[in-house]
Amino acid sequence: MVDTTPATAVQHADPAATPRLHDVELTINGQTHHLSIEPNVVLLDALRERLGLTGAKKGCDHGQCGACTVLVDGRSMNSCLMLASMADGCDITTVEGLAKPDGTLHPVQQAFLEHDAYQCGYCTAGQMMSATAILNDPSIERTDASIKDAMSGNICRCGAYKNIHDAIKTADARLNGGE
Amino acid sequence: MRKLIPAPAPLPSDAATRHSAPHDSAVAHVTGRAIYVDDLPAHARMGYLAVGLSPHAHARLDGLTLDAVRQSPGVIDVITAADIPGRNEVGAVYPGDPLLAERELRYAGQPVFAVVATDLVSARRAVDKAVIHATPLPASLDAVEAIAQGLTVLPVHHHERATPLDRGSAMKNNTQTREAPGEAPAASHCVSGTLSIGGQEHFYLEGQIAQAEALDDDGIRILTSSQHPSEVQKLVAEVLDRPLHSIVAEVRRMGGGFGGKESQAAALGAMAALAAARNHCTVRFRLPRRDDMLMTGKRHPFETHYEVTTDDRGILRDTTISLIGNCGHSPDLSEGVVDRAMFHADNAYYLGNARVTGHRAMTHTASNTAFRGFGGPQGMMPIEAAMDDIARRLGLDPLDVRKRNLYTDQKDETHYGQRLDQHLIGPLIDQLEKQSDYRHRRQAITAFNQENPIIKRGLALTPVKFGISFTAQHLNQAGALLAIYTDGSVLINHGGTEMGQGLHTKVCQIVARVFDIPLGRVRISATRTDKVPNTSPTAASSGADLNGMAARDAALTLRARLLDLAAEQYRQPRDSLTFSDGQLIADGWSMPWEALIQAAYLKRVPLSATGFYSTPTIHYDKTTGKGHPFFYYAYGAAVSEVEIDTLTGEHRLRRVDILHDVGDSLNPAIDRGQIEGGFIQGAGWLTTEELKWDDKGTLLTTGPATYKIPAYSDTPPVFNVALLEGHPCSQATIYRSKAVGEPPFMLALSVWSALRDALSSLTNYTTSPALDVPATPERILLAVEAIKSASTPAACPEGADHG
Repeated sequence: MVDTTPATAVQHADPAATPRLHDVELTINGQTHHLSIEPNVVLLDALRERLGLTGAKKGCDHGQCGACTVLVDGRSMNSCLMLASMADGCDITTVEGLAKPDGTLHPVQQAFLEHDAYQCGYCTAGQMMSATAILNDPSIERTDASIKDAMSGNICRCGAYKNIHDAIKTADARLNGGE
Repeated sequence: MRKLIPAPAPLPSDAATRHSAPHDSAVAHVTGRAIYVDDLPAHARMGYLAVGLSPHAHARLDGLTLDAVRQSPGVIDVITAADIPGRNEVGAVYPGDPLLAERELRYAGQPVFAVVATDLVSARRAVDKAVIHATPLPASLDAVEAIAQGLTVLPVHHHERATPLDRGSAMKNNTQTREAPGEAPAASHCVSGTLSIGGQEHFYLEGQIAQAEALDDDGIRILTSSQHPSEVQKLVAEVLDRPLHSIVAEVRRMGGGFGGKESQAAALGAMAALAAARNHCTVRFRLPRRDDMLMTGKRHPFETHYEVTTDDRGILRDTTISLIGNCGHSPDLSEGVVDRAMFHADNAYYLGNARVTGHRAMTHTASNTAFRGFGGPQGMMPIEAAMDDIARRLGLDPLDVRKRNLYTDQKDETHYGQRLDQHLIGPLIDQLEKQSDYRHRRQAITAFNQENPIIKRGLALTPVKFGISFTAQHLNQAGALLAIYTDGSVLINHGGTEMGQGLHTKVCQIVARVFDIPLGRVRISATRTDKVPNTSPTAASSGADLNGMAARDAALTLRARLLDLAAEQYRQPRDSLTFSDGQLIADGWSMPWEALIQAAYLKRVPLSATGFYSTPTIHYDKTTGKGHPFFYYAYGAAVSEVEIDTLTGEHRLRRVDILHDVGDSLNPAIDRGQIEGGFIQGAGWLTTEELKWDDKGTLLTTGPATYKIPAYSDTPPVFNVALLEGHPCSQATIYRSKAVGEPPFMLALSVWSALRDALSSLTNYTTSPALDVPATPERILLAVEAIKSASTPAACPEGADHG
């Protein structure tokens, strides 16, 4: 899919103030997108405003809440802290790409569903993306303490951590035969 | 319609699982499809709004220079107070909250002007180009000083009770005594203290946001993240000077509310609506986190003082509690917040002679507002502090002092005159004491503390008794609108809003239960003021109590119509007809739900109905401070075990056991989630969440980097949560359930009390160290240092136990 609309709707009065547009190629949830964007556009805004992928949320806008977490080449990243142009050529997975194309939920999604691992839902995508990265990372021990440490960048104001933790343990058991 | 849709096959029965149904948006949440306001697709001509905020806590506003703002790229419109066609006022109850400041700046962070631009970045860049001309004035920044100077937003209020044990009155009025007759007044012990309680930022993960659309008929439609869409509608109408019926406010869901979107969301709705009306377009207004934290109110900080006398057993004789709520610059909801603090000054204890005073201090800060518990948590803290102090003074376990002071059927009247009708708290505590193995752990912890010089552990069990109802009587009403379509599918709409608490799920369950049909047949739609009008906020834990009853009322109306039809049409005795598992059945006769609905349509039975509910029996007389303000009470108790490091002040929550009363639960899974989440949020307020202002009154903690809400790793490793079984609500609530939104928040007081217990171990439990809230590592370390410098090898000096 090729998207060639301008990076923002702003028509700057002063042409000198308009930064040069960068062409970037992002593979998102298996689909390749070519975007022409300002160099200071963060990945989160590119996903939400350019591509209509609104599952990743803007919670704090500076990398402290984790609601914007996506996978970049398999690693969890705060997409609000990463420039879209830094992800040029990268393989990105958002919450919209977690399920199979036929709609079958990813084991992490299924476990979150079974354990009611959300209340308001606003942090849920970020929680699931971090959990997915952790469960794919053999260097992270599958103990309660390590999972808690690894998940500590994702805050949930509703305090649903107990159910989130139970969901991650269930997903781990299904994905990795964990305890 | 001329031709009916083919009646679908009945759905499989879900009778076994419906009770713990998952959240109505469960699949949408895990797939990322759940839409919040900021996720809506942009309109072709959409304006984005940003506001310029006051840099001064208190100043005379001399003027604005906005030329550079107007000329900034992308700017469509610049709006000041002079541009408001109607009232420049968005106060929830009393005036004092202008939409945009005029003449006076009353807090740092107050909105002064607004910019509409073609995109958000341009709007925010333009805001920075404004010059605000202001002359700083002396600012009130200290609540205690404010009261000394008579600076209040509303008058003082008292609750007062002199029991027969009161000095001088015991002789003449002996019949009222509920003490054992003939009990001689024993020696008296007096403890007193002051306790400073911090505020709390809501930090809803979805910040404040509203989107307003100018319609073709001079109407305005507002999509808002608000707990109170009817108030958004009303305030928009007043700001625009238009009738209410031209304004529609709609809420599908919020990414968290916690009280912070009860009154505070209205300003955003009104600002977006004003911009949309002026520019005949759609305007989105999302506050960046920093502006959100600067501009909107928080939980009220409180300054409290308590003085109690007890007998030798630690039983309260006289209780005097003074509560100063720091209301910020305007009344907002502070009347109710401070009232509720006063109503909960007893927590679960009979206070004896009681005098409770509530002050509402005015400071030049953001106007503090509703936050889960609504003053209740702050109100309960002084008496819980006193319980610990009494125990130390008398050498008792704090749990025994608490148990001796609980309400009983002999001592069942609160200091404001309401009688308790369900004595659950004593048995509940006994059960939790056993389940949590309190006594053995108490011994083990005492032994641990004797052996470990650096790490100290603490244990505490604290109760909660929380009154359910809005303290403003007229708000205790709700409406619902129910439609059944010709395929048997049901659509329910009600006045409550969904912020993650599972209200919509519970309401769908209630409707499914009336007809005994699978939950899959019932769907809920967004809360809209043009579907159910004149609604109350989703607040005071009342969402399911009120709206569930209204939905049930609508369903019962339709149920009666369907029974009438079946009795007449199929000649079945009406009394023999029941709805059962997707069918209407009678002796030897049955009819699937879907076929029944089609028959009803063809027989021209109306298949939609409204429902209504108003809470009975509640009243309160503000002039006497007496009444029956609550329909019932919800109870609970928690045991927390903590560990402190006396060299750093760091602390950890090791184990939590909770037993909580929700009556007959509407949905145990949702209720457990509310209890766990409420506890965690309460623990955050009491330990890590610290709001800091500079000496000029500007908030310094404006994001998660400096304001610490509980993280994943703050969850206790052992976290046992149980619902109290077998005690349906004594009042006729919806299926005898009880409200669950706020009460569990106060279970976290056990964490703070356990921290005090750990500190007390440093003097072998002979003193009761003061510990202001939040009990951050810094405060704990200071408390440790104070104990170390005060204590001599011998016993602690008399009086040190008040801290």
